[in-house]
Amino acid sequence: MQNIVVPAHLKSLQKSVAFVSSFTRELGFDPRRLSEIELCVEEVLVNIFNYAYPGEPGEVEISCRSGPEGTLTIEIVDSGIPFNILSSDDPDISLNIDERHVGGLGIYFVKQLMDRVEYRREDNKNFLSMINNTTAGGRPADK
Amino acid sequence: MEISKKKEKDVLVVSVSGRIDAVTAPDFEKNLSESIGAGEKTFLIKMNQLEYISSAGLRSILAIAKVLKTKEGKMVFSELHGPVKDVFKISGFGSIFTIYDTEEDALKQF
Repeated sequence: MQNIVVPAHLKSLQKSVAFVSSFTRELGFDPRRLSEIELCVEEVLVNIFNYAYPGEPGEVEISCRSGPEGTLTIEIVDSGIPFNILSSDDPDISLNIDERHVGGLGIYFVKQLMDRVEYRREDNKNFLSMINNTTAGGRPADK
Repeated sequence: MEISKKKEKDVLVVSVSGRIDAVTAPDFEKNLSESIGAGEKTFLIKMNQLEYISSAGLRSILAIAKVLKTKEGKMVFSELHGPVKDVFKISGFGSIFTIYDTEEDALKQF
């Protein structure tokens, strides 16, 4: 397992994504899947950076671990306000330019693209896990 | 992220390369807003060298598209590939915007 702790600020984004990518690349995900994992890590982090600690500084811990049978678990932990991304509403992606809002799209990507997403609130912290398998079959984007 | 622009008749062709993420999206939006401010109304965004876009990038694109619409302008795209194409598809942006396979195809429409 590897982990880093970064300030909950947009300035931490590129370093954090690079950390996850370097771990993930070793595990044999194809480039397309790697990019999707990067995308979802960004979306979760940006959401935390923007909303978890309103008006005050905070930290985010990101850890990566590989399990049996090519499983990758990325866990993102913050001590900010409780937020379960799994309970958020999906955006209406059928609207035209005038009606369309982009709010909620990042979380929608996470729910669509990751093999499994788990959330728990414990010790006044948000724990979000994104679990992917290198040998996973069906890709949501192709359905 | 790098942006280069050229004018083809009335169309501003904007080639964007690299990554549009939450860090670079504001620069992308500002850059295009400046062109709108300079009077440009028709944009072709070439994405053949764009490797990555997140929801922050889509938010910028939508913001620009909304401004252009109030000015009776238009923004179309060409040469989406890989992860960028996937993101357009999943988000529904592939349906709300016109996307061409090549720059040539796009320019023929104007």
